[in-house]
Amino acid sequence: MIPATVAFEFPPINVLLRWQDVAPSINKVVLIGFAAAIIGTSIFLAAARKDPKQAPRGARNLAEVIIDFIEKQIIMQTMGPSGLAWTPFLLSMFLFIYLCNVPGIIPFIQMPATARMGLPAFMALMVWVVYNVTGIKHQGPVGYFKSVLFPPGVPKALYILVTPIELISTFVVRPFSLAVRLFANMLAGHLLLVIFALLSEALFQARDRILIPVGVLPFAVLLFLTGFEVLVAFLQAYIFTTLTAVYINMASHAEH
Amino acid sequence: MEAISAIARLAAEAGDAVADPAAAKAAAAAASAGYAYGLAAIGPGIGIGIIFGKAIESMARQPEAAGMVRTTMFLGVAFTEALALIGFVAFILLKFA
Repeated sequence: MIPATVAFEFPPINVLLRWQDVAPSINKVVLIGFAAAIIGTSIFLAAARKDPKQAPRGARNLAEVIIDFIEKQIIMQTMGPSGLAWTPFLLSMFLFIYLCNVPGIIPFIQMPATARMGLPAFMALMVWVVYNVTGIKHQGPVGYFKSVLFPPGVPKALYILVTPIELISTFVVRPFSLAVRLFANMLAGHLLLVIFALLSEALFQARDRILIPVGVLPFAVLLFLTGFEVLVAFLQAYIFTTLTAVYINMASHAEH
Repeated sequence: MEAISAIARLAAEAGDAVADPAAAKAAAAAASAGYAYGLAAIGPGIGIGIIFGKAIESMARQPEAAGMVRTTMFLGVAFTEALALIGFVAFILLKFA
């Protein structure tokens, strides 16, 4: 504890994560979520309105790069050509999560909307519904639960062990870890940025003159972490989408 | 050993400071929150190291399979990292809830 020389105080967590409501239950996080949805939609609306005979430019180039990434890097790597029908769903999911993550490093906004549990939890629940419905549609209700709970090629006696593990891991742990992974990554990044920003501020304003140059060190780390968060924002959107694709793929093909 | 005795000392100090048992429990939870994350990070740290090491090995051995290896590597990292992140959530819950 060195508050005498360096006035370093960590604000309560609600100050960092929660703002006063603009309207009932509409705060900054919700506004960022709205903005992400609107920006994502408008990129593709602007791209769709272009004349298909002209060479693509502007918004259309951007949209093509994003679609290319989703198709080549996510769907072809996990689901194969048969999964290309899932492009619209995975594309909108990827874009929405990415645009919710990126405000974490945009100056003066600096809050990832996914750092509140509500949004990731809802997305994970949606994915849970989607892959279970896909599995039931492709394999029938009996076939789906049979292939999930009683995977073929396992000795009969081991089902006592395997079935409860599969039951919990497929229907409970999967959506939970999907939501917690996104939420905790973004929250951890946000808290790291807050800690180093506060530390450099406290050192720059320290009463001991000798401490002021030391503040350059946490500030350098802050710059580095901001760059790192650019990567994390992309990577988390990518991992969430890839895992969704993997789960849908596992549900739509019976294990042999 | 030292860490455990440090937790005990912190908990005892917190217990002395506040007579109310609920407040004492909250103080002990806040004091041990850091250890919760530190302990949770050990296993995933080793695991992610192994995953990346093996992925680099296989990419160097077979560069044409790099795309597939990279996707699978990120999947493995995501599953392993989840444990560390649950530890981080436990830290948040202990510290602030």
